[in-house]
Amino acid sequence: MRQSLWDPVVIAIALVLAIPVFVIVGNVFVPAGEVWQHLYSTVLSDYITNSLLLMIGVAIGSLLLGVTAAWLVSMTEFPGRKHFEWALLLPMAIPAYIIAYTYTGMLDFAGPLQTSIRELTGWGYGDYWFPEVRSLQGAAIMMTLVLYPYIYLLARAAFLNQSLCVLEVSRSLGNGPWKTFFSVALPLARPAVIAGLSLVLMETLADYGTVQYFGVSTFTTGIFRTWYGLDNAPAAAQLAAILLLFVFVLLTLERYSRRKARYHNTSRGQRTLGRFRLKGWNKLAAILICFFMLLFGFLLPATQLAIWAIDTAAEVIDEQFFSLVMHSLELAASAAILVLVIALILGYGRRLNPTPLIRSVVRIASMGYAIPGTVIAVGIIIPFGYLDNLLDSWIRNHFEFSTGLLFSGTIFALLFAYMVRFLAVSLHAVETGLERITPSMDEAARSLGCRPASILSKIHIPMLKSSLLTAVLLVFVDVLKELPATLILRPFNFNTLAVKAYELAADERLADASSASLAIVLTGIVPIIILNRSISSHGERSLGER
Amino acid sequence: MTNKNSWFKNSWLMNTWLVAIVVSICGIVSVPANALSEVKMPEAKIQEVNIYSARKEALIKPLLDKFTGQTGVKVNLVTGKADALLKRLTSEGMNSPADILLTTDAGRLHRAKMAGVTQAFQSKQLESAIPSRYRDPEGQWVALSLRLRPILYMKGKVDPAELSSYEDLANPKWKGRICIRSSGNIYNQSLVASLIAANGEAATEQWAKGLVANFARAPKGGDRDQIKAAAAGQCDIAIANTYYLVGMLTSSDAAQAAAAKKMAVFWPNQKARGAHVNVSGAALTRSSKHRDNAIKLIEFLASEEAQQWYAEINGEFPARIHVPVSEVLKAWGEFRADTLNLSRLGELNTQAVMLMDRVGWK
Repeated sequence: MRQSLWDPVVIAIALVLAIPVFVIVGNVFVPAGEVWQHLYSTVLSDYITNSLLLMIGVAIGSLLLGVTAAWLVSMTEFPGRKHFEWALLLPMAIPAYIIAYTYTGMLDFAGPLQTSIRELTGWGYGDYWFPEVRSLQGAAIMMTLVLYPYIYLLARAAFLNQSLCVLEVSRSLGNGPWKTFFSVALPLARPAVIAGLSLVLMETLADYGTVQYFGVSTFTTGIFRTWYGLDNAPAAAQLAAILLLFVFVLLTLERYSRRKARYHNTSRGQRTLGRFRLKGWNKLAAILICFFMLLFGFLLPATQLAIWAIDTAAEVIDEQFFSLVMHSLELAASAAILVLVIALILGYGRRLNPTPLIRSVVRIASMGYAIPGTVIAVGIIIPFGYLDNLLDSWIRNHFEFSTGLLFSGTIFALLFAYMVRFLAVSLHAVETGLERITPSMDEAARSLGCRPASILSKIHIPMLKSSLLTAVLLVFVDVLKELPATLILRPFNFNTLAVKAYELAADERLADASSASLAIVLTGIVPIIILNRSISSHGERSLGER
Repeated sequence: MTNKNSWFKNSWLMNTWLVAIVVSICGIVSVPANALSEVKMPEAKIQEVNIYSARKEALIKPLLDKFTGQTGVKVNLVTGKADALLKRLTSEGMNSPADILLTTDAGRLHRAKMAGVTQAFQSKQLESAIPSRYRDPEGQWVALSLRLRPILYMKGKVDPAELSSYEDLANPKWKGRICIRSSGNIYNQSLVASLIAANGEAATEQWAKGLVANFARAPKGGDRDQIKAAAAGQCDIAIANTYYLVGMLTSSDAAQAAAAKKMAVFWPNQKARGAHVNVSGAALTRSSKHRDNAIKLIEFLASEEAQQWYAEINGEFPARIHVPVSEVLKAWGEFRADTLNLSRLGELNTQAVMLMDRVGWK
């Protein structure tokens, strides 16, 4: 493609993907009546405080877990490290609301653990203290447990790709492992860590299932309460617009804060830097940290799901179940590839020519990740319905036949929703990858007469391999878990695993929902293992071969 | 450095993704084909009917299959949240493929009617089977099952003689003894709407303040969760729809069944207006292209056979008169249900939610 074509193509794609965001923001100008006065004087401060506290809690928790784990498995050596490397990604395959239901089932007042405590001791309600799972803190912990892998994944790739010279210099200057970590490795990994963190926070803001079940009123529950309960769709959209504004400011601040910093390596490492060999208490601590993350994030909930599934599988798994798995797989694979292609075009376009216009449209297009899926879905239903009806009446006038609805209620609408919702995931992975490639590489290729498209395919894509795989697989797993947009946009007679799991779980039939939930987890594990192999082999190569 | 060749040659990983790409392309290509084939076929000749359903698949599909078996009419189904489906219906306009909108509460039927996406239809069968208070006065929707929301109490901890009405639950004697779910839930919104209809807004607000002060815990979980909490000793009274109790009683999960057995049903307000009732129901869409089949299906859902299924399998009360109910439901005795026009629940819903916001009912 010619240089001159990139800009209009990038802008056009970004604008189309930004349509749902514009539809939502467009509601700002629709008068919503007196409802704002009511919200302001009653529940709004709750929504804001709870959302903020939840974000702070999840941010602290997932940074601690994600960065620690990434550092341990990529830079140190301890028994079991190789297995923890991939196992620590597993919690990512569990939808947040499923882990919330599962822990509630185990730890709630009426659950088996507390019931046996009461039976053993003869205590009643109020006689003893037990942490309340279904609380704001509980919600923060649940989300931390399943969201830290985003940070872990991106931070680990960054640690593995770091120029070893830099680390070596740090160590030769007499810095110990801790000093090297805090003053060299972590600052260098910052774009990756921040990218992971912003994904985690956007996902936290968009969550509805967990907070709704836990009775925590956040911005998201507020949006739905205003829409469903107060029957005031404009006010609900205005709340969503505030949420968007919030995310926009957050993303802008993040970009601004590192406006001058550059993160690409000018030299690649020449040879393997030995991992820090942990000994004694340090070794034990590393093993225990990784083990407990795995235990609480995956082993416990998955075991509970498996126990329930054994009891109920016979009733739930029938010939239809297989088609659910296929639908989920097809959707996830198609969406992951589509989103990757778009993320590459947008990410590369922004690198080629980072004008303020291009940067802002791309940023707006990638904000869909922070909006609850149902709201995105409505932002798609409205313009698609409008377009369909417009086309239909135009064709009817000119050709005297009816096209009906061409886009609404098709897989196309669904895939479009995934593009809007998950572009951020793919784009973050692609961009952190691109940032590590020095622009002099582009310049050299350009001076040799390469066009941008061939630079992308000959130089960047091969160098970005692990970032691209990360992007594809993150979106794959996200689509597998995606519920609200799928629920409302899917065609007739089309179900996915997430829909099945949700319908049963929402009726508090958790045991019946476990087979579908477990199937989501199992389907998600395969790509996670592939992803891990690619990252570690890529990392090892960069450590060793050059 | 990795060069171009090794990226393309690179092993099984690449193959995996090639397969994925092919699968996805097939998926994408097959879609427009489907969409086109639907357009080309003359609509009237396909024996089918399309449903947007807020009722979950597991709770309606068996009946739809039965209908297809009896009539040969294919039923296409999308399930989802009522307001989102309503949005889809509204945006699709006259081209919407949906023939029927199924909802699980009267408020949403009312909303659909107000949004102008439904149409009136006449059916002698429905008029004789379903009492008029469970039908829209203008014939745009009809109720298919009744969802009662009585007071459930813990046997042995509460003397039923202490209980009388919803209004009485604000009495300080119930302090710390009541479990009820969040006010975000439509059944609580409808309950409060019915109280506003009966006692006025000011009195209901006063009542809601008292009720919130009596909560045993901050609202969380669903209706089954309140029953479990009461059975475990966290509270003495749970407010829940009856079919959840039935679902637990007949559950294969022993713990759920045991919890449910500890609870008993009390029908409140029997001396005056009766226990609060909501309905699930069906509306005919304005855009319907299979009108005859749609009406046939609604009539089937109101037939004695289907209504009995609602009672047996779902634990809901039939909307049709003179339908025998299951043993479980029979055991709870005869009761009087509120005769308030169901449209009122929809009209008062916003007021109810604002009221609950004001009294701090989370």
